[in-house]
Amino acid sequence: MNFYALFAQLLELVIALIMAPILNGWVNQCRAWLQNRSAPPLLQTYYTLSKLFHKDVLLAHNASSLFRAAPYLIFSCMALASAIVPTLSTELIFSPAADAIALVGLFALARVFIALAGMDVGTSFGSLGSRREMLIGFLAEPALLMVFFTVSLIAQSTSLATIVETLAHRDFVIYPSLAFAGVAFTMVSLAENARVPIDNPTTHLELTMVHEAMILEYSGRHLALIEWAASLKLFAYSCLGIALFFPFGIPSAADPAALAVAAAILVVKLALGGFVMALIETLSAKMRIFRVPEFLGTAFLLAVLAMLVHLLLETGQ
Amino acid sequence: MNPSLIHAIPLSGQVINLCAAIMLLLGFAMLSQRRVLTLINLFMLQGLVLFVSTLIVALTTGQSHLLWSAGLTLILKVFALPYILHRLIRRLSVKWDIETLLNIPTIMLIGIALVVIAFNVAQPISQLSGTITRATIGIALACVLLAFLMLITRSKAVPQVIAFLAMENALFFAATSATYGMPMVVELGIALDVMVGMVILGVFFFQIREQFDSLDIRHMERIRDE
Repeated sequence: MNFYALFAQLLELVIALIMAPILNGWVNQCRAWLQNRSAPPLLQTYYTLSKLFHKDVLLAHNASSLFRAAPYLIFSCMALASAIVPTLSTELIFSPAADAIALVGLFALARVFIALAGMDVGTSFGSLGSRREMLIGFLAEPALLMVFFTVSLIAQSTSLATIVETLAHRDFVIYPSLAFAGVAFTMVSLAENARVPIDNPTTHLELTMVHEAMILEYSGRHLALIEWAASLKLFAYSCLGIALFFPFGIPSAADPAALAVAAAILVVKLALGGFVMALIETLSAKMRIFRVPEFLGTAFLLAVLAMLVHLLLETGQ
Repeated sequence: MNPSLIHAIPLSGQVINLCAAIMLLLGFAMLSQRRVLTLINLFMLQGLVLFVSTLIVALTTGQSHLLWSAGLTLILKVFALPYILHRLIRRLSVKWDIETLLNIPTIMLIGIALVVIAFNVAQPISQLSGTITRATIGIALACVLLAFLMLITRSKAVPQVIAFLAMENALFFAATSATYGMPMVVELGIALDVMVGMVILGVFFFQIREQFDSLDIRHMERIRDE
């Protein structure tokens, strides 16, 4: 273990924790602009978080210890996930420890706990949200795994650091399979982050909410942690998209100068990515919950196609 | 499997591969698209991708007649046919028509199966061919089969015609990737055929609608003496 790798790892984690609420605020701001509304400030998520951290926690009488532990677990899962994705450097101390499949596992762990917490108190909304979340989760996960398998076939490794290394630092090659995988990944990340075609993050309308329904019983610092974890998840997915499909500019060495440049490039990419996400959200209408299997089924099929196209076009038979 | 082999393909070949992949993607998008208007736009995009790939093949191989067919593709499939289709659906007032497609996931699964079959069938063919685009024969074949599938699953007249045109697109792409295109006379003939066919089908639409009060061709399955 060298010192720079440790430094890069810590820096990445800190940047993820700080940047995630800003990214969330940026997406909301872009969305407001695109919809001709006056935008909330960029740091709005921070204000919300600090307000929630200052409030007391109100617990339902029959809330179990799982209900109280879940926010911490979900938050640590998401923080770890954002630390695994190489954003600033491919030389990270976590990268040998956890690969892409472990990352999917981390997301799944967080999902299981948030669903259990949703059902814990026993309100009807909580269990409704949990069931919907599990429906979306079980359809989105295979699609995400197929996307990872495709890029793993290209890089001959499931380690995210090796994948980024292969895509960013070898000779420039166009991989048609990545076009398919990219579309599939975008669809999955919209579904996983409770974005508009699947779920509306701003609504509290009973019949349509998924993510909000599960966390309805949370308050105070628990809610703050879950909100922060949600923006960390968005950040992790955005960084994952950048790492897999636009990895240019992620250095392989972890010296401070390279890290600074990489951080600047990362901010630009995230700003662009957030704008595109807001654009997609503005242009599409929320779909009925029974259309979701169709949407995610399409994502899965696209990911399978990506793998087939890779086998046909890129292995050179 | 050797990952370094892809590096042996020249850049133009890679761009053509990318175009082929986008063709396939558009094929699937058309297969699952319910709206007539979006279907026409997708068809136009497919024509554009076809134009780009033909142009690149023409420029890299120096086949001058391919330049002509690329130009023909641009005029016919990117401008003329979509324009005619747009005008048709406006005059038939089916612009916002939504077709009820049964079970899109099943159709998509069949589509995937077709792609696997096409890739396997095309593999021996592509080994015989000596063009730089031989890897895309499988994709072209898959696009043809997908258009076939679309032809089977649609019941309205306009989407069927679009499926037919998409099939022509895919056949043209297959010809370009397998043998650097057909002779100029054949290509001109096909282009004219498609053009005339489009005009005749446009007249047919009005006749069908007048007869059955709908563009659903299922009505035509029951033919009676009157």
